[in-house]
Amino acid sequence: MTKELLKGNEAIAEAAVRAGVEAYFGYPITPQTELLEYMARRMPELKRAFLQAESEVAAINMVYGAAAAGARVMTSSSSPGVSLMMEGISYIVASEVPCVLVDVMRGGPGLGNIAPSQADYFQIVKGGGHGDYRLIVLAPATVQEAIDLTYQSFDIAERYRTMVVILADGNIGQMMEPAELPPMHAANGGHNGQRASWALTGAKGRPHNVITSIYLVPEVEEQFNQKLQAKFRKIAENEIRYAEYATEDAEWLVVGFGTSGRVAQTAVKQARAKGIKAGLLRPISLWPYPEKRLAELANNVRGILVVEMNAGQMLEDVRLAVSGRAPVKFYGRMGGTVPLPDEVLDEIIRLTKESNS
Amino acid sequence: MTTPIIPVMEQLEDIVYSRPAALAECSTHYCPGCTHGVAHRLVAEVIDELGIAERTIGVAPVGCAVFAYNYFKVDFAEAAHGRAPAMATGIKRVHPDNVVFTYQGDGDLASIGMAEITHTAARGENITVIFINNAIYGMTGGQMAPTTLPGQRTSSSPLGRDVEVMGMPLKMAEMLAGLPGAAYVARRSLHSAKEINRAKKAIRTAFEAQLAGMGFSMVELLSSCPTNWGLSAFDSLKWIEEHMIPYYPLGDYKVAEGIEALSKN
Repeated sequence: MTKELLKGNEAIAEAAVRAGVEAYFGYPITPQTELLEYMARRMPELKRAFLQAESEVAAINMVYGAAAAGARVMTSSSSPGVSLMMEGISYIVASEVPCVLVDVMRGGPGLGNIAPSQADYFQIVKGGGHGDYRLIVLAPATVQEAIDLTYQSFDIAERYRTMVVILADGNIGQMMEPAELPPMHAANGGHNGQRASWALTGAKGRPHNVITSIYLVPEVEEQFNQKLQAKFRKIAENEIRYAEYATEDAEWLVVGFGTSGRVAQTAVKQARAKGIKAGLLRPISLWPYPEKRLAELANNVRGILVVEMNAGQMLEDVRLAVSGRAPVKFYGRMGGTVPLPDEVLDEIIRLTKESNS
Repeated sequence: MTTPIIPVMEQLEDIVYSRPAALAECSTHYCPGCTHGVAHRLVAEVIDELGIAERTIGVAPVGCAVFAYNYFKVDFAEAAHGRAPAMATGIKRVHPDNVVFTYQGDGDLASIGMAEITHTAARGENITVIFINNAIYGMTGGQMAPTTLPGQRTSSSPLGRDVEVMGMPLKMAEMLAGLPGAAYVARRSLHSAKEINRAKKAIRTAFEAQLAGMGFSMVELLSSCPTNWGLSAFDSLKWIEEHMIPYYPLGDYKVAEGIEALSKN
């Protein structure tokens, strides 16, 4: 295999195609539109379903339908569009049908702008839709990682019958990097080519299947919620992902995800060059969150710096995991601005000085 | 020994009326006098007659028919409010050989789901829509619907629908018939035996249009809601005839080329 120069949005789309995605429904919104455009060309070429929906509301409900029908299906959008999908996301998780959403975050709130942002961590990781639910959230920091996570995301979604979100930002979506694409899988509906037994395919030779999310009796709804929570606990046990850099002897820990994690890694290298023993923890699964590993690292460091492209959202999860084991400081840029390595380096230096004083 | 008063079915020589195979044997949650049951039965009879139960997938709405899946012995999904046509689109696009239909009320289809139904019809999505128009929100307890008649009293229009404030009720069959993607759009009523028979023929035509791959089909059914209208079951049927039909005329609003040939077979 050789590396090709690939644009993030298009690389994600091709990774999904190679994972055997059978249907794509979406709506144009910057900075993810190239993903939709790529699918518009690629899916019909392979005789798979592509449809530009009339809205993100319709797109997510088309995904809901195709997922209920047992197909490998995905959509993609960006922040304001994902807000419109929240209703459908809640229904999809409650109906236990698998699918994948790619959210290429942009500056907000409101119409905001089309520049890279991480301001939807709360929306995706903590909720956004109604009810007690969780999404499996995977945050890539490179085009290669976006490819790899997208490729795996369908299997993960089907394993747990739930939604996986690839939480990228405009930077990952728009930049071009050399990356390697995985081998092509046939679009066979996952599940080793067999439609899932619960899928809506027509009640031929079996009792009729129903995909629903309504349980009118509170005790029955509670039982269903308990079943969901048990599933979430299983996911939390099995699906934690993170990357580390120079943490072995680190005295100062930087925590960042996606693009800000990548910027932070450069800053950590620069700090090391200045003799500061810095290290990086880059959570890849934002839910489930690598809280145990973070707590272990927190026991051995003198201070922690959280870097995000928002006003401090993952910061809350860091504080919960660290639980007072080390002081936690925050550096964030907002509104579609991306921190430079030098800015993060300055913050690392400030952290060492403050903690020494 | 006593003689049974009610003869068992096997002993009857000429059964003229029995439960369609596509309908489940269970008690109904619909109110007495409500015509949802009639509409369900008609759809089930058509599914039986066309022999499509094993490949039909229904999509239920939010509203009184939210539990439609309990009554039909075919695969079913329960959609979010108004989104049944989008969900049906997703199903149909991945299973084009299945027969896909939505069953929606007037709040679901004509209010919150206006964008989804309109674009589904505009795309000529090859699905069938059964649209129940009873001029009121049933499940939430009798609020004004987009189809509530001028002056009609509901719990959210207690002085009667003021068209100066709310505009005139929406005529969905007429609206959707204007879209090129619509192959068959008709309005029927469930207020009399004669009209019920006509409704069934229209439902059959709508499903046949889908089987022939002709595009979007919808049958709007004028239905009763005795509970929320505050009328007896009998007076409700009279109310459909006297008040609803003058505003919502029955008829075929879109019959694409080739549809008439279908129904003659």
